[in-house]
This record gives sequence, C-alpha cells and structure tokens, in this order.
Amino acid sequence: MNAPDGGSVLKRIYAREEYCIGCRLCEVHCVTQHSQSKDIVKAHRRGFSAPSRVRVQEQGPLSFAVQCRHCREPACVYSCLSGAMSKDPLTGRVIHDANRCLGCWTCVMVCPVGAIVPDVKTRKITSKCDLCEGLEIPACVQNCPNRSLVFQEAPL
Amino acid sequence: MNFKYVIIGGSAGGIGAVEAIRENDKAGSLAVISEEPTPQYSRPMISEYLGDGVKLEEIVYRSLQFWEEHAVNILAGRRVVKLDASMKEIILDDGIEIGFEKLLIATGGKPIIPKIEGTDNIEIYTFTTLADAKLLLEKLPNAEHIVVVGGGLIGVSLAEALAKLRKKVTIIELKDRILSLILDADGSALVAEAIERAGVRMITGHSATRILGKDYSDSEVREVVLDDGTELACDLVVFAVGVSPRIEMIDLAYIKVNRGIVVDRFMATSAPDIYACGDVAEAHDFTCGDSRALPLWPLAYIGGRVAGSNMAGLKAEYPGGTQMNALNYFGLPVITVGIVNPPVDSGFEVLTNLRRESRTYRKIVLQNGIITGMILVGKIDGAGIIFDLLKNKVNVKEFKNNILSEDFGLLHLSEPLRRDLLGRN
Repeated sequence: MNAPDGGSVLKRIYAREEYCIGCRLCEVHCVTQHSQSKDIVKAHRRGFSAPSRVRVQEQGPLSFAVQCRHCREPACVYSCLSGAMSKDPLTGRVIHDANRCLGCWTCVMVCPVGAIVPDVKTRKITSKCDLCEGLEIPACVQNCPNRSLVFQEAPL
Repeated sequence: MNFKYVIIGGSAGGIGAVEAIRENDKAGSLAVISEEPTPQYSRPMISEYLGDGVKLEEIVYRSLQFWEEHAVNILAGRRVVKLDASMKEIILDDGIEIGFEKLLIATGGKPIIPKIEGTDNIEIYTFTTLADAKLLLEKLPNAEHIVVVGGGLIGVSLAEALAKLRKKVTIIELKDRILSLILDADGSALVAEAIERAGVRMITGHSATRILGKDYSDSEVREVVLDDGTELACDLVVFAVGVSPRIEMIDLAYIKVNRGIVVDRFMATSAPDIYACGDVAEAHDFTCGDSRALPLWPLAYIGGRVAGSNMAGLKAEYPGGTQMNALNYFGLPVITVGIVNPPVDSGFEVLTNLRRESRTYRKIVLQNGIITGMILVGKIDGAGIIFDLLKNKVNVKEFKNNILSEDFGLLHLSEPLRRDLLGRN
C-alpha cells in the first residue's frame, strides 16, 4: 500500500481518555511552545497569548485533549478559501500558513473534531496544531504527566 | 493540438482537478484554458484586495509556480467558443482547435444583470473577479456613494470592503431581509445590526427598477430608482444578485443541462469522458438528496478533485455538498449550513438559543433526530462537529439539547462516535 500520508508514515497524537486527569498542562505547554518567548510565564501574560491549539474537554470523570488529526482527506484543506491550509505531500502534516489566512472560518465549519481554533483576540485568523514543527515530540505529549497523550504511527 | 486532459477554467474547480490528476498521473499531457489573464487566485479574496489593499501576490490560491509545478500547459486570457462533444474537441476564440481524451468543464458562473431600464447604456459593475475589483478600485476615487443591488453573500462582502474604504454604501435587497437564502430572521437581524454599526445603509423589501444617467453623459449613473419611487442619487451602482452557470459554449444535444450542467456522483456529464464541477454544474446535495447548483468555492474544489481522479482512471465519488457558509462580516462570526428555514408544520424540529445582548445565536433544525440545518452566530468554536453529524446523518436524539450549548463538544457524543473521531487519521 502506498503511504497515504506522503513519503513517510505520519506520527499522530492520540489521546487515551482513561489516563487523562484533566490537568490542562498540555494547553499550557502548547501556548508556551507557540509563543515568541517560549517562556512559560511571559507566554501567558493576560491579553497577549494566542489560544492553545490543543483543548481539553471535561465533564465529570471524563476528560481528554483534542487537537488536529492531520486527516488523510483533510476537509479544512479542501475547503480553505485562501489556500492557507495545505497538506505537506512529504510529511503528511496539515499545515496552516497564518500569513495567508483570511479568517473566514470555513475550516472551523468543516473540521469534524472541532480542532481548529478561531483566534479572534490576536489576529482574527484560525490556529491549529502543527505537531510542534522542529520538536521531536510535541510539547503537549512531552509534558503530559500521566502519559494520556501519546505520539505514534499506529492508531490506538 | 491534442491533450490527454483538458480543463476549461483555472479557478477552484480546475485547480482541484489538476491536483487530483497529478497525484495519479504525473506525465499525461494536461492543458488548462483560463479566461483570466492573471495568475490563479482566490476569488473570495477579491474583497480583501479591494477593501484592505492586499496585493495580488497575497491572494493567489496556490504558489505562483503552480502551473509549472504541475506540468500544466496554461492557456491564460483565452476563451472557449465551442465544445464539440462528439468530436472531442474544443475551439478557442482565436480559432485554434484542441482535441481531448478527457475534458472538465469548470467555467463557473457569470453575474446576473437584471433587465431593467438603464442597464443597457449606463455603466454598471459586478463583483466576482479580480478584474471587477480592479475596475472598481479605478472608479472609487471619484465615487462617494455606491449602491449595491443585492443583499446576498457577494453584496454584503462588497459592502464591507467599501465601508472599510470609508465610502457611503446602500444595499438594496428585494427580500425583506439580507442573506435570506442562508439565514433565518434572527440570524439576518444580528448580521444586519453589525452592518448598520459599520455605517452601511440597507433598504430591504424593495428592488431597483430604473437606473438613470447624468444629463451630460450617456454612461455615468446619476441615480437608482426603486419600485416605490424612491430616488437614490449615487456615483456607482454594482449588481450582486447572483450568478448563473456559464454554459454558452455547451452543445445541448450532447450534454444535459438543467439550470447548470447535470452531473452524477462521479461528476460525469451525460456525454462520455466529459466532466463538470463548480458553479457551472448541478451536483449532489446531501441535505435534500437531490442535485442542485451551489455556487460555493469549497464545493467547486472538492468536485474538481473528484472529477480529476476519475479523469485519471480512478473511481472517486463526490461526497456531496450543501448550502454551507462561514462568514466574518464586520467582525461577526457566522456559520450556516443546510436547511435553516424549514417550512412550517412540516415535521421539522427547531431548537434555538438566541442571546441578543451578547450577539450570539444557535439554531439546530432536525428531522427524525437527524440534523438538517444549523446556524451559529457569535461563538462558532466546534461548529465542524455539528457539520459532520449533519453530513453523516447521525441520529442526535440523545444529546440534541447539548448542541445548543456553546460548550458543545466531542464529549457530548456517544462513546463509540467520540472514540472514532478522536482516533481519526
């Protein structure tokens, strides 16, 4: 079978909900990693931080983190009006070019897991998980204290 | 000249087809005929080009080298005057004949100009292409008041761009409210408030019946006269009352045309080896289960991908589309999908949550427990989860009231559904 995600098999982040304790450290480290300073305190100054690209949902004992699935058939890429959203043919990652984003919210309308975040506060564009370009293991996975988040090729 | 693949139209549908063809056939000869002499670009972004001073390089839809990178023979600034379906040949405006093995018609739509007094001789404008936006930019320095005829998607986006340029703008809408095709009364009212706050005037429930020119000029507009006799003095008038499929070169003996070109689930027309997609086609609508013309950018691209895959010898099925729009006019986020104005007493169930003070609104339309329409205004996070439930016709009876909550998320879904989505790859 051809590798459908490009040249290599893409590693994805999977959430094991039975291990999630709802601590939201994934959100904290996502914001930090995607900040200019990469400093955990500075990155969270009120009014200056962009929203986290991973989001914890919680109700009663159930909690889990949601982020972009880097879909094989990415609805966001197919629907993007400006061409800001693309799927890297080599790595399989779904990439969002913030400079070309129109902030029309079409990707928010079609993302089946609701993982694309409308960033209305800072730039009026959308924002999504980039699997932490440059890091071997994404920040949310690295800092998940109960190893609820895993980064692997095979689905759970 | 002969090509294995010929595509008429270099916008969303044509580009989708090129990408799908090249994913499956790197070498087959491929020509794209595009009427516009410019590089490919995103048509929905012409309002940014007009209103925000964004440059052409910033509104391109793909890289500037897209055609070269995909080994496309691009014939830009050329028009197809005739399509001979039986001989599998097209003829360009300069008389050149091009033979094809597989053809895609992705010619799009052309703006509708109503036949009213004055439109024959007075300069009127439309707003669908980059050329339209450029022309308006040229004329704007000498225009104070602009009348936009039509309060649909194009009319409102044009009004927003003009308002950003501090022009006086009046929208004339025939129906009793703006965006009436894609919103209900409460949704329209919220958008109308945002438009009014930006200083744009709206006249609803009336139509333009005459365009009058200046005394000294046959072509310059002086005023627009409405059906009730109201006279609106203005410097420019732009028509934004919709588009009709561009089928003038089609041989109706071979290709079945309803309002648009009729295509099956494979985007194939009634003529062998000829496909159609985008604004020119009538394709499957997953809400009504029938085929209809839906002039929407994402659907043109997706239809183009499906057509391209099939042209390259695969068997790809069009998932279907529906009336689906995300808007961000004047900073108010709006998402609207499917049947949002169900007929009264028709068995549809309607759930709503309107909060005027915070300018948020949620509406879900259901039929037998399945979502057939949705409107979200103000807070749109997670909209795609609802869209996916609608598209896949998932029965939401168990958790339907949660959908009205702004915190609605995957955790309200049944466990198997949730695990399936979370583990998606």
